[in-house]
Amino acid sequence: MKKKMRIVLALLCVISVFLFTASCSKQTVKADLQDGKDAKPAPVAAAPAPAPAPAPAPVVQKAPVPVGPTVEEVAAREKAAALKTVVNEDVYFDYDSAVLGAAAQDVLKNKSIILGKYSGVSVTIEGHCDERGTNEYNLALGERRAESAKSFLVSLGVNASRLKTISYGEEKPVDAGKDESAWAKNRRAHFATE
Amino acid sequence: MAYFRVVFLSLIVVIFSLTDPAESLAGYDYIDINSPFLRKIPIAVPLFKAKAESVNDAHMQMSLKASDMLSGMLDFTGYFKMLNRQSFLEDPSKAETTLLNIDFHNWTAVGAELLVTGEFQIRGDVFEIELRLFDTIKSSRLIGKKYTTGVNDLRGVMRLFSGEIVFYLTGNRGVFDSRIAFVSNGTGSKEIYTCEFDGVNIRPFTRNNAITLFPAWSSDGQWIAYTSYLKGNPDLYVKNVKDGSVSVVANKGINITPAWVPGKFELAATFSYSGDQDIYLLTGTGKVIKKLTNERGSDVSPSWSPDGKKMAFVSSRSGMPQIYVLDIESSHAERLTFSGRYNTQPSWSPKGDKIAYSGMNGGRHNIYLIGLDGKDPVQLTRNGGDNESPSWSPDGSLIVFSSTREGPSRIYVMTSYGTDQRRLFAISGEQTNPKWSPSGLNYK
Repeated sequence: MKKKMRIVLALLCVISVFLFTASCSKQTVKADLQDGKDAKPAPVAAAPAPAPAPAPAPVVQKAPVPVGPTVEEVAAREKAAALKTVVNEDVYFDYDSAVLGAAAQDVLKNKSIILGKYSGVSVTIEGHCDERGTNEYNLALGERRAESAKSFLVSLGVNASRLKTISYGEEKPVDAGKDESAWAKNRRAHFATE
Repeated sequence: MAYFRVVFLSLIVVIFSLTDPAESLAGYDYIDINSPFLRKIPIAVPLFKAKAESVNDAHMQMSLKASDMLSGMLDFTGYFKMLNRQSFLEDPSKAETTLLNIDFHNWTAVGAELLVTGEFQIRGDVFEIELRLFDTIKSSRLIGKKYTTGVNDLRGVMRLFSGEIVFYLTGNRGVFDSRIAFVSNGTGSKEIYTCEFDGVNIRPFTRNNAITLFPAWSSDGQWIAYTSYLKGNPDLYVKNVKDGSVSVVANKGINITPAWVPGKFELAATFSYSGDQDIYLLTGTGKVIKKLTNERGSDVSPSWSPDGKKMAFVSSRSGMPQIYVLDIESSHAERLTFSGRYNTQPSWSPKGDKIAYSGMNGGRHNIYLIGLDGKDPVQLTRNGGDNESPSWSPDGSLIVFSSTREGPSRIYVMTSYGTDQRRLFAISGEQTNPKWSPSGLNYK
């Protein structure tokens, strides 16, 4: 019996944290739009797993609350999943090129739809290169890749102020391999929501 | 010795110049550094002799250390064929050291045309050495010097005397008072380090815990400009070598590939804040003086001609990276490289007549040399991994570069004719972006 009580308390706790972050993230978003740069975007992805840590001291005993997912929770989950897609799907480029091919454009169109839905979210577009060129030129090339991804999103209606770019050139490969399949993965624009 | 001259330096306490008037005529005819068919001069460096009543272990160790050190420095230049001490007719540790006592036949017989002798004393912490260079064929002394220094500054003395020898033989001071900056990721993030001309005494220059790239020495050797992600973005830093003071240029976009204007506290670097990647001329603290390139596309990696009137750089304006030369006064840029589809990292030679660069062919980067007419580039490296980032030694005799020929990227040196290619050192991580400093660095 005591055990069951604990579980209920923990759940209560989780839900309250949830509600708190949901309202909180809206505020963060506002701040984001104002000075886009430094404010962190909503910590959406991180929210669903708070430890059932310190419960608020006096616990009010109420009639058992229905424990299913709330509307807010569902929405937050959807948003997190959508933004995960934005982050996980890289945009790939040809060798020594910042031109967006058909596949790259499709990936960006999908991102623009998601970004259109969650208009409070800002992203950083990272431009990356494979290791084959020299690192000076690749730093420039990486920036052109990030910028061409940004321009395309802007042309699809995403507000430019939500899109920051940075080039890492060949400094941060995802695949350390030294063959075409590794290089192809490294020639990318990667999206980060934080 | 009738003509003692006393010179005080901060580094070496006293130098007596053991010089006859006749010796002051430098013998530039010994080595013509402009000859591509340089014949290495056979030189003997027997063990330096200890001047002591009873020679002990410390003397023996010092003797070996000092003579090996000088041998190594001379060998590094590529001008000499170092003769093996095993082949000497004279007992290497007991060989006579002065003009009157040397039997030059014993040295010409083993093929030596030059001979270096040394005689030293250790008094507590004080190290005193007389060093002499002889022409064994003419049986004459070319240089004689006496140095007094601390026992821990052996390298300082050997650098000075190596410089004397090379100056006498070539008319050029050589590389012994220069350093090399490079990038290494041994600590987990790319940082800038410096070492002496021969790769010895590696020291960290940045501790940013962030990607740090593209070191560039000012022509007085007092500043190194570089790019670092210290604050998240690739910003430009200009740091004083001595006091560590730093200025930062943190424009939106990239702030990369600095290159100092010869003889000025000004530099060129690539910025992209305008929306296009162009090269700008800046004050030493990073204020824009003017925009140097205007064409659409990436313009990066400036490298100045020694007179500061022209600047080589890389541009993608033709659709692929190629090297161009900009005339500063007219703002007119001409394409220099036409063979290959990927030519980057230009480095203008100190003599001004050539540009070294890395070109990609068959999927591999190699170092090439090209004249200002853009004709017939000469390939200096081949058959070994990627060879990138050429940078000239201040005397124009050597080129430092990075290579993956042994697997991880490491720093190598070769003569400007592509001969004598060797690795400078092997340390953990990978090393890239070497940059040779100007000469005349007064360092310990």
